[in-house]
This record gives sequence, structure tokens and C-alpha cells, in this order.
Amino acid sequence: MLKLLPSFRIRLSKRCYAAVLAERNKNFAKVMESDVLAFENFLGKEGVLKDDITLNTTDWTGQFKGPGSVVLFPKNTEQVSAILAYCSKNKLAVVPQGGNTGLVGASIPVHDEVVLSLSKINNSFSFDDTMGILKCDAGFILEDLDNKLASLGYMVPFDLGAKGSCQIGGNIATCAGGIRLIRYGSLHAHLLGLTVVLPDEHGTVLHLGSDIRKDNTSLHTPHLFLGSEGQLGVITSVTMTAVPRPKSVQSAMLAVTSFEKCCEVLKLAKSSLSEVLSSFEFLDEATMKCLKTNLDLHSVLGTPSAFCVLVETSGSNEDHDMAKMGAFLDECLSKELILDGVLAGSSADATKMWQLRESAPLAVSRDGYVYKHDVSLPLKNYYELTNVMRERCGDLAKSVVTYGHVGDGNTHLNITSEKHSEALENLLYPFLYEWVVAHGGSISAEHGIGQLKLPYSELGKQPEERLLVKKLKNIFDPNGILNPYKMI
Amino acid sequence: MRILVGVKRVVDYAVKIRVKPDRSGVVTEGVQHSMNPFDEIALEEAVKLKEKKLATEVVAFSLGGPKSAEVLRTALAKGADKAIHVQVSDAEAGKVESFHVAKALKKVVELEKFDAVFLGKQAIDDDSSQTAPILAGLLDWPQALYASKVEDAGNGHVKVTREIDGGLDTIKVKTPFVLSADLRLNEPRYATLPNIMKAKKKPLKNIPIKDLAVDLTPQTETIEVTEPPVRQAGGFVEDVATLVSKLKEKGFVKA
Repeated sequence: MLKLLPSFRIRLSKRCYAAVLAERNKNFAKVMESDVLAFENFLGKEGVLKDDITLNTTDWTGQFKGPGSVVLFPKNTEQVSAILAYCSKNKLAVVPQGGNTGLVGASIPVHDEVVLSLSKINNSFSFDDTMGILKCDAGFILEDLDNKLASLGYMVPFDLGAKGSCQIGGNIATCAGGIRLIRYGSLHAHLLGLTVVLPDEHGTVLHLGSDIRKDNTSLHTPHLFLGSEGQLGVITSVTMTAVPRPKSVQSAMLAVTSFEKCCEVLKLAKSSLSEVLSSFEFLDEATMKCLKTNLDLHSVLGTPSAFCVLVETSGSNEDHDMAKMGAFLDECLSKELILDGVLAGSSADATKMWQLRESAPLAVSRDGYVYKHDVSLPLKNYYELTNVMRERCGDLAKSVVTYGHVGDGNTHLNITSEKHSEALENLLYPFLYEWVVAHGGSISAEHGIGQLKLPYSELGKQPEERLLVKKLKNIFDPNGILNPYKMI
Repeated sequence: MRILVGVKRVVDYAVKIRVKPDRSGVVTEGVQHSMNPFDEIALEEAVKLKEKKLATEVVAFSLGGPKSAEVLRTALAKGADKAIHVQVSDAEAGKVESFHVAKALKKVVELEKFDAVFLGKQAIDDDSSQTAPILAGLLDWPQALYASKVEDAGNGHVKVTREIDGGLDTIKVKTPFVLSADLRLNEPRYATLPNIMKAKKKPLKNIPIKDLAVDLTPQTETIEVTEPPVRQAGGFVEDVATLVSKLKEKGFVKA
């Protein structure tokens, strides 16, 4: 499992192209001295941060920054309840914040909202190693949780580059995807229960779902919080399943000449590797070029090819998995689905392969200005998007690269230019998003809507669906104080 | 020049090592293994010499249990022409020492007439770093250890640059010689799939250890294997005065 984001922050000073800076809602009150005193009363002086709050008011990409007001650090659910009840009564807007690693500007204030950080709610941890059920506070950093589970022979069922900083509560609120979704499914498959605090005038504490594997006694309300982006309530505790840690992990990188062949390799992987397939990622030639030029990272494959596929298996028996991987690779070669390939002979080899995939976002950012996309498309249109955009942008774009979770139909199309270009931006939007929706795709597969995609969130949606979502929002957040100006 | 390259199957460097509850050794069952990284480098150097036409044949050698054959197949995929597997049981493999490996290598060298033996400078499981020098001693051959560069010096000689504590040491050795590879000698190639397929057809010879008449009696006995002591938590002090008094109190500084 690799860490990608340790200390690097992309330094872009301009607000992102697609975000519309929403006007401050005049119905919200401003934070006064009396409010600060009240917060200090609930949390103690050490729980309230008034100065040097830039880290909590700027997002990871550096594109979104709000002035903010104060940052609060509750230590338990009761304190969160007191804060939300107070803010609801006094019409103060609140932004719940986990690791602040989101990519759509949803975790930081737009104006002077109060930041409610979950970072200090990270004490309670319990794990049933027969059923594989984990119950823990929402503020645990993902990597720390995974390390705790590792010593018990288990692992968190998802993995993403931000694992060194992101928190489990945030992962639930964003329904984090990652590189192993093809094997373990999304968080919908793992979530069992939540403790949430509602932003109503009582700061209602709700225990949703349960702590056991199967429970059909009510509407499955905890699942409403998956991908809720901090709009419905603040998550303070999570109960979910973990999965056995694999004892054997095999990785291989394959050179493929066409996207159609990539799809055939995927099909073969699913039938041949079957239950041990744990990852199926890809990088196109433009991405490999970017990696070489910007980060001096060379391909593991000797033969350059239009596409590079990274396949991984995870299982409990090395012999069994190696035999399956060997047979799969033999078949790929004999059926001429691949041009060349490398099977990792050691963890050093595997690390090299994953480094290529996980450094792609970084390599791309070094071009200058990046227009990042996270779309889902049916496979027949998956790479067509790249070709269409490449042609449309022509010389205005420096690189048009695509990499991503092709096994899930999720592409990270990145278009770069040396500097921010309005001409390029106008070519991209709303064309790109409209094209995706018209071809049966989603404009945000994993990263969410936040501020970034709010202008396009209606695309392809029924007005009745939008109305339903607004009604649900009102039920949970009657005074509309939680994470305003975003998503809904 | 015909080169014999020794490769060892070791616990993969990224594995979190656990000591067995009976403290007799570390857990190797069900744990990922791979070719010793220094051996990969030794193999790569031999194959490069063959590609430069300074060597005519590269033969991979491993002394180990049945699974060592995997590492030999990888060696064949990475450019070795043939492989020799001196097989011992898994139980015996646990007790094999560098001395025994050197003796086995010596026997193979005498049987098959090699001009050079390339080994990794040490194995990452036992860190003995002994096999190459012991072998050179047994064969009475010159040794070029911790090699970071290998060049042809003409006239049956090879120029080797070695990394030592004081800097770089350049020596000239006459074939036949023993070489041990250090980290910066080269960057090993990957085993590509087409080469893995071709490797299946390359000869892999099995020699049971008794055929070499090498005595495997251990010269050392492992008394106990334990984890290193857990690092004690430090303490925090508020100011320099307190720090000084604590240091004096603990006897680190004269009172």
C-alpha cells in the first residue's frame, strides 16, 4: 500500500475554473466573541483555534480557500452535539472537516463558516476478528486504522493515495472508491452502522444501522450518509466490516495496443483470475510520457505501447495465486491480447509498478495547470472521451492524459496547460460534462460534487430527483447550516 | 568466460518479519519470498557481460529447498542460459550455512569448469556476507568483493571497482575469480513475459546434495532468536533548566 500525498501541495493560486463563488448567505450570523466564548465553554480553550487557521481553510489542491472564522476540535460525540445545537440555534454555518484531502472543495469554508474538525475524535477502537467487524471513532486516519487491523490479520477494504491523511468518517461521507473497488466493492458493501449528530436545535445524536452483520429491521438509513459530503449530519463513529489481509499479492504490468484489447484483457482477468483479482488499473501512453518527462519515472515495460495495464491479485495462498496469474498471463500472450508484460518478482518490482500508477496525478500537475476529471463511462465510450477531448483542445492543451480504474469504468482524464487559459476552459466546459452524461456516464465517479461540480450537478438528473434530495436535506438540516454552498 | 551466478530464495525485503513463538527463528511459512536483491544484481552483471560478448554462458545456481526452483526460473527469464538446483529438504535448508554453500559451489565449479563465480555481497535474511570470500579461499581464486563496476582489462584480466568504507578501491583480477555484487553495480532488468515463457524451455538441472558429497553438519548452533528491544518512550521537558537537571539526575552529565 503506497502513500502518495505526504507533503506535496500543488501551488495554484487561482480559484478553480468550474467553481462559482456563491454569495454569502445573509441569513447566516457572523461569529462573535460571545460565540467563541460559548465554544470555549463546550470544548475548553484548547479546543478552539482562532489564529493560523490556513491549513483548515485551504483545500489540498490549493484551489479553494475561504477566510473561515474559527476551527473547533471536539473530543467526543457529546461535544459535537453541543456545538451543532448551538450553531443551529444561532444560525452559524458549519463545515465538517476530516483529513481535508478532498478534491472538490467540499471540506473547507467558502466564506466565514465554522470549521468542525473531527481530528481529535480518534480514541475508541474495537474489532471482532471472527466476524471482521470494526467499530471506531470517525477521526481515525485511514492508514493508522489499517495498521491496527494489520496486526490482527485484517485490512480496511479500500485503499487510496490520501490514506496517510484522510479520516474514516470522511471516507464514509465521500463514499471513497480507490484501487481495490473491483474486488471488495464500494463502502456500501461494508457499512453497518453510524453514530451521527444532526445539525438541528437539539444536536440530536442518532445511532443508525447496527453493529451486527445483518439487520433488516428498518430503512437502511446509514447508507444515506455514504457520499453525503457533510450535508446531512456529522459522523462521529463508524461500524463497518473489514476484510482478511491477503498473504500473497501478485502484480503484473501489461503492454496493450488498443483499448478494445484492454477490455478483452479485463474480461479474461475476471474469468481467469476470478476471486483473487484485486485491482485492474490503466495508464495511457500520454500518462507514461508525462511520468518520464516530469518525474523521470521510466516504464517497467521495455516495449512502449498505447496502453499499460496494471493487474493485481490478492489471496491467502501464494502457490494458488501464482499459478492463476501464470495461466492468465500465458493466455494473454497466446491469444495476442498483450504485446509484452512484466510479472513482479519481488515487492520491489511491485512497488515500482504501483509507483507509476500512483504518481500519475503528481506527474500531470507538474505540467502547470491541470483540469482534473473523475468520470465514469460505459467501457465502449470510456476512451472515446479522451480522443474527442484531445481533438477538441488541439494545441491549447499541453497534455491530455488518461489513467484510472478502468476495471470499474472510472477514468481520470486530466487536461493540462502551462498556465490557466480561459480559451481552453471554455472549450472544456460544459462540453465535457454534457458529453459524459449524453453517453451514459457520471460526471463524478468518486470525488463527489462539492463546490467544483456544483454548476453541473443537474445534468442528466430528473427534476423530481433534485426535489427529493432537497427535501431530504431539509429533514436532516432544517436550518440549512451544514456545509452550505456545496453539492445540493 | 563462463560465469556461474549464485541466487538465493529469501524472505521478501518488504515483509514484516515475525519471530517464531519458540524463538528458534523467524516465520517463513506463508510469507512472500523473492530472489535476494544482491543476487539479482550479480545476475544482471553476468548477463550484461554476455550481451557485450565478454562472457559466453551464464549459469544460475541455487542451493535450497524445492521452492528455490522458482528463483532459478526467474534467473532463466532474466537472461541465464541454464540453471542448477542443488536440492536439500526444507528442514535442511533452514540449517544450511555459507560454508556449506561455498563447498557446494566449489564442487560445481570443479565439475563444470567455470571462469568466474558471481554472488550477491550478502543475503538479506542472514546478512552473513561470507559465501563469496569463503569460496574464493576454498578455490584459491582472487576475490573482487562489493563490486560497483566491472570492466574488461584485456589479457584474461578484469578491472573491478569496489565500494569500501574509505571510498572506491579499483583492482585488477585475473580469471578465474570470485565476485560479489554491491548495490550500485547495476539496475537489474525485469523478467518480461515473453522471456518467462522462453525460460520454461531452458535446462534446469537438479542435483541432490548427497551427489555432491558436501557435509551439511552445521558449524554454528542458533541458541535463540528474539526481536530487538522495544524502543522506550522518551519524556518531554518544559524548558532548558529542567532538561539540564534531568540529564544530571540520570547521570548523563556531571552534576
